[in-house]
This record gives sequence, structure tokens and C-alpha cells, in this order.
Amino acid sequence: MENLFTGKLVRLGAPTPSVDAPLFAKWSRDSEYARLLDTDPPTLMSAKSIQDEFEKGLEDQKGYIFIIHTLAENKQIGFVGLHSFDWANGNGWASIGIGEREYWGKGYGTEAMMLVLRFAFMELNLHRVSLAVFEFNARAIKSYGKAGFVIEGREREFMNREGRRWDIINMGVLRDEWMRREITGIKEIKETG
Amino acid sequence: MDNLQQQLFEGSRVRLSAIDLEKDPDVESKWTHDPDYLRALSPETVRPLAPFAVKKRYESIEKEMKEKRNSFYFTIRLKEDDRLIGFTRIEWIEWNNGAGRLTLGVGSPEDRGKGYGSESLHMILRYAFAELNLFRLGTLAIPTYNTGAIRFLERAGFVEEVRRREWVNRDGKRWDAVYLSLLRDEWKR
Repeated sequence: MENLFTGKLVRLGAPTPSVDAPLFAKWSRDSEYARLLDTDPPTLMSAKSIQDEFEKGLEDQKGYIFIIHTLAENKQIGFVGLHSFDWANGNGWASIGIGEREYWGKGYGTEAMMLVLRFAFMELNLHRVSLAVFEFNARAIKSYGKAGFVIEGREREFMNREGRRWDIINMGVLRDEWMRREITGIKEIKETG
Repeated sequence: MDNLQQQLFEGSRVRLSAIDLEKDPDVESKWTHDPDYLRALSPETVRPLAPFAVKKRYESIEKEMKEKRNSFYFTIRLKEDDRLIGFTRIEWIEWNNGAGRLTLGVGSPEDRGKGYGSESLHMILRYAFAELNLFRLGTLAIPTYNTGAIRFLERAGFVEEVRRREWVNRDGKRWDAVYLSLLRDEWKR
């Protein structure tokens, strides 16, 4: 059986807050990245404070967060996670961030998301995975489409940044859709509007 | 799109940054031993702080940032060597009213008058109006002997809106304290 956590470009590794917190602190300095990631205003916190939060978040083991390592250099370039599970209905939420900008737009994030979907459907046996993405993040919307997500709706004018309002786009992928793609090997970009 | 890609925390010579809990307390402790600096910032009594006390203060600032989400603190550092030169903070935010209060300080006299404060002010105002979407940004009480700070803020568009007469009593003399403010429409991006 192939390793669930390893793809062609990246592998998913377990988090180590003392090692990862300085990286998260570094990435958070890039305000373009921070504004793609969260609706909250970006803040700059000490590495110690980020580490404390991170450790606290891992304590309950309710969600999964993986550090994305490149296979070529074994370099940490971002994170991907599954969280907010609704086990009775088989639903979960995905989130991802590629902090190292030079790995944007080259398929690393897409593959990491595909790996986490495989984990979601093959190990956790979820029925659907949801995510939310901002209207101004065209790169991510395209990437999620490649991983199998389709647009399911828009929360209109949810955010206000740089003097204008932006929609939040909701995307989701169902287990059946994902299985069909896996079986037929069809990986072409879905029309996501 | 362009504005979203433009970095919020990077100026040309200075950057807004996080607190360094190991290194910063020694530097700020030195600043607090300069009564002129503390007297310029506020009418409150001057109190020098040892590094351990500064560190405690930093920890409580970060705790408040995380828990209340209505206060935002940044250190100011030189880009060339990452040296700590000051801080800026927006606090007491009332989200319903879109109102907040700004403080900014450059700690040591050698670092003043070089435009570092102006660059930092430019960044924090953009953060206040283009990210936090505040409607108005006020100041804390500024003693009127701090003419430098008042001119500095007026150049950025702030106007005096409250004057508390003879509030400050220092070295046997009384001074007014003023509050300035800037509204979003008046902000000179």
C-alpha cells in the first residue's frame, strides 16, 4: 500500500510546535499571505506566543494539522489541516496555507490538498469536505478545483479590505465525486465558474 | 488587487514587527529610565521598569491581543539590522463604532527626527483604515509641552478636538493636555 502521506512533490508530516512556530511567525510577516488565510486582521505575535497557541490547539487532538514538506529538499513550506468535524454526518473542514511564496502556483499546495482529501476519505471516511476561500484568491480557487472541490455558494460582501467588500466563496467535495476521480484517474480541472 | 499585494508591515527603512520576549525587554527598560521619554508619552507618573517587568508587560499585551481582539501592538524595527527602536499600538477599539486609539513612541533620542516615526505612522494608519476598517482614530492624552508629537500628528491630518486645561503638573508648572483624532475620510493615503 502506498504511503497515505506522501505524494510526488510533497509529504505531510506531524507538527512540532517548537520547530514550526518560528516558521509560522516568519510567514505571518507576509501580509499578502496573512490576508489570503484569514478574515481576522493579521497580527504579529512573538514566536513564543504562537508556540503556546499551537500547543494548546494540539492538546485535544480533535483536528489534524500537517506540516507540508517538499520531497526534494525536505523543506517546510506550509501547513494543511482538517478540523471542525461533524462526525454524525461525516463532514469536515479543510484549510491550507503555503507560507513560502516561491512555492506558490507550482502545484505544491494542490498536491498537499489532494493528500489530505485522500486521508479524509480513505482513513477518516468522511462524506464531504468543505472549505471557504476569498474572492480575491484566484490562485487558490483554481487549485481547489484541481483537487476536486466545486463552488457551492457565495457569502456576499463578507469582508472589507483595502476599501472594498469581497465575497467569501464556499466550496465542497463529496466522497462519491472524489472516488470517481480516483478510479477513473480523471484529474482534469473541473469547471468551477 | 494591487493594494492587497502591497505589504502592510514593510516600510522602506523600518518595519512593524512582533515582540521579541528575550531581547526587547533590555532595550525598553533603558527607555523607561529616560523620564523625558515617558513624560512625552503621557501625563501619568513616570515609572522606570526593570527588564523582567517589561517582559511581564509584553506578555500581558500579547494575552490581551489574543483574548480581547480589540488591541493591536507592533514593535518598530530598523530594516537594516532589526534593531528595536519603538512601538505603535491601536487599542480600546469599539467595533460597533469603528473607533480606536493610537499610540506611537520612538524610544531613544538618537532615533528621533529621522523620519522613522513618520514611516511607521504611515503603516499603522493604513492598517487602521484599510484593514481594521476603523472610522476614527483618536490619540491618548498628549501633554502640550510635547509640541513635536502634536506637529507630527497634525502633518498626517490629525486635528485637536479636546483640550483638558491645566491637567498636567510637572516641574512646578501646569500644562494643558490635548486629544487629537483622524477620521477615515481625512486619512491621506
